[in-house]
Amino acid sequence: MMPELHFPWLEYSILTPALGSILVWWIGDRRSAHNCSIVVCAIALLFALGEWVDFSVLESYEAHDHWDFIAFLFKQDVFVIDELSAPLLPLGALIYLVTVLSTLRTKAGRFSFAWALASESILLATLSCRASWVLVGLLIVATIPPWIEMRRRGRCTRVYTIHMGLFSGLLLIGYSMFQLGRGSETLGLMSGAILSAATLLRSGIFPFHCWTTDLFEKATFGTAMLFLTPLTGAYAVMRLVLPIAPDWALHMIAIVSLFTAVYASGMALVQTEARRFFCYLLLSNASLVLVGLELVTPIGLAGALCVWLSVGLSLTGFGVTLRSIESRIGRVSLNDYHGLYQHMPRFAGFFLLTGLASIGFPGTIGFIAMELLVEGAVEVYPLIGSVVVIASALNGIAVLHAYFRIFTGRRPIAQISLQARFSERISILLLTVLIVGGGLVPGPSIASRYHAAIELGRHREVSESQDSAPLPSDVIKQP
Amino acid sequence: MMDLDGMFYWFGLVVVAAPCGLVAVLGFSALVNLPLSETTISRLTQSAVLMSLLPAIGILLLMIATGRRYVPIEFGDWASIPEVHFHFRWKFIFDRLSVPFAILALVLCGVVGSFTRRYLHREEGYHRFFLLYSLFVAGITISALAGTIETLFFGWELVGLSSALLVAYFHEREHPVRNGQRVWSVYRLADASFLLGALLMHHLTGEGDFGSFVGQGTWPDGSAAISSLNALQIGFLFLLAAAGKSALVPFSGWLPRAMEGPTPSSAVFYGSLSVHLGAYLLLRVNPILEASWQLQIAVVALGLISALFGSIMSRVQSDVKSSLAYASLTQVGIIVAEIGFGFYYLALIHIMGHACLRTLQLLRAPTLLSDYHEMENAIGMRLPDSKDRMAGLLPIGLKRWWYRFGYERGYMDLILDSWIVEPFKLVFQWADRQERRWTDWLSREPSRESDAIEPHRESAERVA
Repeated sequence: MMPELHFPWLEYSILTPALGSILVWWIGDRRSAHNCSIVVCAIALLFALGEWVDFSVLESYEAHDHWDFIAFLFKQDVFVIDELSAPLLPLGALIYLVTVLSTLRTKAGRFSFAWALASESILLATLSCRASWVLVGLLIVATIPPWIEMRRRGRCTRVYTIHMGLFSGLLLIGYSMFQLGRGSETLGLMSGAILSAATLLRSGIFPFHCWTTDLFEKATFGTAMLFLTPLTGAYAVMRLVLPIAPDWALHMIAIVSLFTAVYASGMALVQTEARRFFCYLLLSNASLVLVGLELVTPIGLAGALCVWLSVGLSLTGFGVTLRSIESRIGRVSLNDYHGLYQHMPRFAGFFLLTGLASIGFPGTIGFIAMELLVEGAVEVYPLIGSVVVIASALNGIAVLHAYFRIFTGRRPIAQISLQARFSERISILLLTVLIVGGGLVPGPSIASRYHAAIELGRHREVSESQDSAPLPSDVIKQP
Repeated sequence: MMDLDGMFYWFGLVVVAAPCGLVAVLGFSALVNLPLSETTISRLTQSAVLMSLLPAIGILLLMIATGRRYVPIEFGDWASIPEVHFHFRWKFIFDRLSVPFAILALVLCGVVGSFTRRYLHREEGYHRFFLLYSLFVAGITISALAGTIETLFFGWELVGLSSALLVAYFHEREHPVRNGQRVWSVYRLADASFLLGALLMHHLTGEGDFGSFVGQGTWPDGSAAISSLNALQIGFLFLLAAAGKSALVPFSGWLPRAMEGPTPSSAVFYGSLSVHLGAYLLLRVNPILEASWQLQIAVVALGLISALFGSIMSRVQSDVKSSLAYASLTQVGIIVAEIGFGFYYLALIHIMGHACLRTLQLLRAPTLLSDYHEMENAIGMRLPDSKDRMAGLLPIGLKRWWYRFGYERGYMDLILDSWIVEPFKLVFQWADRQERRWTDWLSREPSRESDAIEPHRESAERVA
């Protein structure tokens, strides 16, 4: 019998933004829509935090909601929380809250709060799902809001449509084959390969990454960020690929991810525009997470799960800062020195802090996480470990390069204040506390992620030892 | 009544905690936009340095009085996963190497802090300078006293970041910023090398703790129980890290560039402390050097080549700070060679003497002409011209070649740029073009809106 949470946290955290989306749609007025979105996101975050705390108290590997209405209707546990997803739900909700908080009202015409809330609901539902048709459906549905926004803005969607169409097709074929091929080794391998291709495409792994930069070019910064920063592709890998793929296949994926990490960090260094730079930095870090996930060693997996959290927090802050700057001065060229430090010293400090946190700088949440990841990588392949370090070093150079380009140089004359607004200051403060706090007291998160890594590894071993290939949803069982 | 170990513990805690507290206070005030007056910042800085320095001296006196040569102080695990033997332990060691270096660092930082109070009076970046300064003090103190390789890396990174940002202190001008970026790039590569060396050391020896690593012996008498080949592998990575941090050949190009920062930071960071951190690392891992004769030869060779290059280049520089920077390189090269020869105490004394001299010289550099006038007035004649007699024996063609070689700073920046940076950029710019072609083809139209962005859009006319 699966343990039960003390409150229907999951359903409430998913329903709140869904209902909020309808409400915001109905309100129409930008100012009210913005305020309403902030409140809805904050409530969703509180529910997600409640779920995490409640789950921690249970000391179980997995749990389902109290008064699980959907399970009652469909006689199946659709929304289940486990060690992997427990901290990811609050992280996802926080990313949305911070993004909505830092959206200036002048940008409300471009950035749709209603669609953002709808996306949040889809994301939280996705993160509450284990491998099943529901997860496959949610992963596909999540690709729709950015597409609608691009169409609404009159931008060409061909690159995005082709890639996401391919992703959806591969996901459907792969999962169908998996279900049909239970017991057949050939079909099992083929489905594993197809699912791997689908999830790698969604993660933006080389050479299937061009849609990510295209999305950042054509969608609003906020939408593109919200689609990529929660690392949904990595989640799909964990749910759909990790339980069924053999070790050698995972190691191959790790090598491809590693190449992407270095490639993206190199590309970040030669970009001349801030959005593309951010996109490559995000891709590089997301690929490093995948490297750790595919190493399938406790320390590598624990490192990857920690880096996941640190990258989620730090790059959200980094992206939010860039977005705030962009909303003041327009698209930011990196060909020139903008000299914005004097106008926005708080943004400058936060930009540096989040950028450094993303590369695992001492004193930030990413430091121990990156150490663990590198140690895990060196343990399996010493050479791979060194490449992880090189990717991180290149990212560090890229971060400071961008900082210098944006904040140093001759100071421009501004006729209005470019300082952070109150809501932006709240976002900055919130993320700073988490990034620095997590860096100064890393013990609890390390212990929790290591425990999750051990459990994930154990369940993977259970699935490997079974004669017939089980459904991924069967793999994660109560120990 | 507190026992001796208790005293060591509390003194050690304060030595490390005081600079960290300064970072916290100045960082918090910057974060919440709480402006502190110059006097407050200055007093906080002086108090923190003094609070760190006095217990350090106290520990030195206690060690002399009790005859203890090695005092480890542990603050427990910062993060650990015992099942896989992963530990990040806060451990600091007080021995014949760390205590003199830490005291030296704190004395020089204190002097420069006081100097800066007047030097940067009413400067716009006063608070920013002291925030970075506090990061540096924390970093150098942690590095000096680190008892594990991870702790040393922690401090090492703080020193690197604060140094690079201080080079770019005058950030309204492009040159200092570019130089800051170059310093940071070299440091990142040195950091990567350091981290790899640390991981390799951990894997090959199972130890990250200096105390365990050197066996029963205390510095400098410890010996590493690893094979010569492993020592060569680990030592090579540490040597590369040290070369980057101490501006040894072929990374010397960043040292004169670092002098673009304000004089106090040049004096304390690049002239006297940062530049010696690489040599300090080599001193700390001396058992590894001793385990491989090939490594020792490499250390000596690198030191002597750097000293020779520094000597040539310092003679032909056209500004005093660059000249002093290369003079520093000469001395650091000699120090590294001394370490390679196994003269560890000599190297440590050399570091201390050189750091003090160079700090004094760099702090006096802005008033050099005035000093010369005073000396000439005092002796009642022009200062004697210091012509090198040996130079007169060289053929004019060779002299010109050497002059050009020194003036171009050994072509080292040029070589690094054309052999590493440019090929790197070409490869990724080519990849960027291919990606553009691919997305253009898929889109059936130009796919990059970012191409239309003009640089510096936020000029006076456009903002608001």
